[in-house]
Amino acid sequence: MNPRSRFLDATALTLGFAFLYLPIVILIVYSFNASQLVTVWGGFSTRWYGAVWQNRQLLDAAWITVKVAAVSAAFATIVGTLAALALTRYLRFRGRTLFSGLVYAPIVMPEVITGLSLLLLFVSVGIDRGFWTVTVAHATFTCGFVAVVVQSRLITFDRSLEEAAADLGATPWQVFFRITLPIIAPAVIAGFLLAFTLSLDDLVIASFTTGPGSTTLPMRIYSQVRLGVTPEINAICTLMIAAVTVLVIGASLATKRGLPAT
Amino acid sequence: MSDTPKTTAALGAVRSAFAPWNDPAAKPLVVFDGVTKRYGAETAVNDLSLAVYEREFFALLGPSGCGKSTLMRMLAGFETPTAGRVVLAGEDLAGVPPHLRPTNMMFQSYALFPHMTVEKNIAFGLQMEGVAKAEIHDRVAAALKLVKLEALASRKPHQLSGGQRQRVALARALIKRPKVLLLDEPLGALDRKLREETQFELVALQERLGLTFIIVTHDQDEAMSMATRIAVMDKGRIAQVGTPPVIYEAPATRYVADFIGDINIVEGKVAAIDGRRVTISTALGDMALPEAADSIAIGQEVAVAWRPEKTRIVRADEPVAGGQTMIEGAVHDIGYLGDWTTYVVEVAGQRLRAAVANASRLVERPISWDERVRLCVAPESLLLLTR
Amino acid sequence: MSERQARRTIILVPYLWLAVFFLVPFAIVAKMSLSQVATAIPPYVPVFGLDDGPAGWLAKARELSLDNYGVIASDRLYIDAFLTSIRIAATGTLILLVIGYPMAHAMARAPENWRPLLVMAVILPFWTSFLIRVYAWIGILKPEGLLNELLLGLGLIGAPLQIANTETAVLIGVVYSYLPFMVLPLYASLERMDRTLLEAAADLGCPPWKAFWRITVPLSLPGIVAGCFLCFIPITGEVVIPDLLGGSDTLMIGKTLWTEFFSNRDWPVASAVAVLLLVLLVGPIVLYQRQQARQLEAAR
Repeated sequence: MNPRSRFLDATALTLGFAFLYLPIVILIVYSFNASQLVTVWGGFSTRWYGAVWQNRQLLDAAWITVKVAAVSAAFATIVGTLAALALTRYLRFRGRTLFSGLVYAPIVMPEVITGLSLLLLFVSVGIDRGFWTVTVAHATFTCGFVAVVVQSRLITFDRSLEEAAADLGATPWQVFFRITLPIIAPAVIAGFLLAFTLSLDDLVIASFTTGPGSTTLPMRIYSQVRLGVTPEINAICTLMIAAVTVLVIGASLATKRGLPAT
Repeated sequence: MSDTPKTTAALGAVRSAFAPWNDPAAKPLVVFDGVTKRYGAETAVNDLSLAVYEREFFALLGPSGCGKSTLMRMLAGFETPTAGRVVLAGEDLAGVPPHLRPTNMMFQSYALFPHMTVEKNIAFGLQMEGVAKAEIHDRVAAALKLVKLEALASRKPHQLSGGQRQRVALARALIKRPKVLLLDEPLGALDRKLREETQFELVALQERLGLTFIIVTHDQDEAMSMATRIAVMDKGRIAQVGTPPVIYEAPATRYVADFIGDINIVEGKVAAIDGRRVTISTALGDMALPEAADSIAIGQEVAVAWRPEKTRIVRADEPVAGGQTMIEGAVHDIGYLGDWTTYVVEVAGQRLRAAVANASRLVERPISWDERVRLCVAPESLLLLTR
Repeated sequence: MSERQARRTIILVPYLWLAVFFLVPFAIVAKMSLSQVATAIPPYVPVFGLDDGPAGWLAKARELSLDNYGVIASDRLYIDAFLTSIRIAATGTLILLVIGYPMAHAMARAPENWRPLLVMAVILPFWTSFLIRVYAWIGILKPEGLLNELLLGLGLIGAPLQIANTETAVLIGVVYSYLPFMVLPLYASLERMDRTLLEAAADLGCPPWKAFWRITVPLSLPGIVAGCFLCFIPITGEVVIPDLLGGSDTLMIGKTLWTEFFSNRDWPVASAVAVLLLVLLVGPIVLYQRQQARQLEAAR
């Protein structure tokens, strides 16, 4: 590679990553700002973290959000993994085109449409909105992501591994749980984490499908942000970033202990 | 098959100690009975019947797409025949799922479980059977010893070389003491030197354990060097079944003759039958050979074939003894292979090959390009191919 | 469990889930878009009930009308919102491609042991809250924000720039939020490319910049298409970014729907907007889905 294209590459990466990370860094730095004014530096302080800790409403919302994310991600992982299996293993069945459309469409579907349509479904069958409606809604819009992640792993999966297991006496059930699942596990875990963070992150669909008592953290943050920028929100955001970073690093360590993708 | 009785008897002597297929009282272990497999409009295996005996090292040989793998996979249970029966040790296998069949397979890709150590891979089959832990431990240790992998027991497959992986796959398939061990292109992924070594090891192992092996291969050398018998397959059918020497020296059809080794084939017509001596008239002149007369008639279109290494090449002006087929032509090409030299000789628009062993290092006046030469073939080296 | 039962379970579970929670709701939206708003709970008529019987349903079906679509067609506000959405989505996607392609290209050419790290670095911000990332830009872009302070401090501008609450701010937010969705598919297709192709091109006398246009770009086309759809479609229906960064001047259709639903409580009109948005996007969605399926087929 000649020095000029190397320089171009380095420039593209530096500028690109600066663009991606600077706002986040600024946000974190200002969460330690003693001043009430967001853009004026008033010295280092952790007072806003104390304020967050005092804010029961926010903590409740955070807890609900985590619960919704965990349960919906579990559902999405099951549905998404099955969908990925169906799409890679069964190349011919009735309604396959529609099925693959249903799997991929939620990925790009604007959230307002998904949210509104799910809300109308719940209203028309007379289900009270709350924890379970948000959870089901989140599982529905995230399972497509899980399917894509798992599918990309299944496509390179050597089917003769399953045949070998069957040949050695494993029943179809044993083949799935002892061979297939352990081998695609990194992708399934990645899918779960993706679904989990998408759920944590979602504001629009949650706003449509949640009910009183199940207000999620993004909804709380959103209503505060609309009232104006405060350092307290910076502190919450920093905490969330820290939580996600720990989660991601933990997960990548956990999957690294497994095997390299073959 | 149209083997001449004389050659068959002579060739059979090579492995005369073991030939259950010649014994009418022997019961075959594996029987394919009129088996057909279709995928949509495509027929992979076409009304095929075949018997394999206990303790055989049986090779299914053919080019890719000839149906050999499909045949093996039907025995393992991964494919269901469209028609016909697959019988193992007297039991019809229809409806028996792969995990309940007493066959084990060594996969072409080896299919080693990437998330398990060598030891766990080998133990897997016994665990599925519900064998006691202590026994699994002992049998795995024995299997590791058998394939000389004791030192690598706790490695993962991706930490092994190709040859080591191959041995793990072998141990894993052998440990369940299958009635039949199926080997799908077992040496395909190995380099040439290792492949030759492994061929001998496999045969030694099979004889020592007294197991029945069925191997699928597209490599004729592999089949020839290892198998007790070879089934040459062509488009879903069996072209010929026989011991390696029979397949090579007495091919039943043009297809088999052409597929196995190098051969010269000349088309012709039966001109005369004189007792056991048949004369064929061809574009290159008449050729006479000994052949049982009952299978042919005067005027029948046949082919005469012979192997390059059974051809003598001399200069056209050199005197030769009579009583053999002689064809005169010009040297078109010479291929020096070290141990052999192959001459391509052009005769009446057709190219014939002669292979000469390079028995001495220096030849005083070697035959050169464009020289007029004569190819001499003894009558008993000529083959008559009616199909 | 037999092979056949397994097959049935594997297909039916996700199929039913998606049919019930994704497909059926669209039918309900379509029906709702033909209903009339009412001050009741739920806030629309007619309400179909199981106990109405066929005659009752028929009578109520007659109450359905296209009025809501008439309202939308006659009001410039809705049409403008649609046009603005498409304009912002198209411009944003183009900017994303221009920024994302050099990044993905550089990542794909980076030393092999660096690449997983770089991919991780692109994904990481995506794991942090989307809302937070958009929020961070408010502090940067507002008149007394960091960007203006920096530019004023450097003496590059004399008075604060008005970026917040403009379409520019929305575009910045959109590009920032969707960058990983553009970079990752591009990277995936660029990384797969066989490098000896470029060597072959050079060997045949093709200068590097020409090789880039004639070899690299065509081969990364699947990634370009996937990345563009993955950005364009959701941006069109974006709510949060225009709301937080665009102010009241930038009307996008997703936000209009949101307002109709939450502020005006006009469910039928919101549904009609949703139907129109879906009609607008159904083409791109189908193309995206085909592309996905084809790519997976090619990887097989």
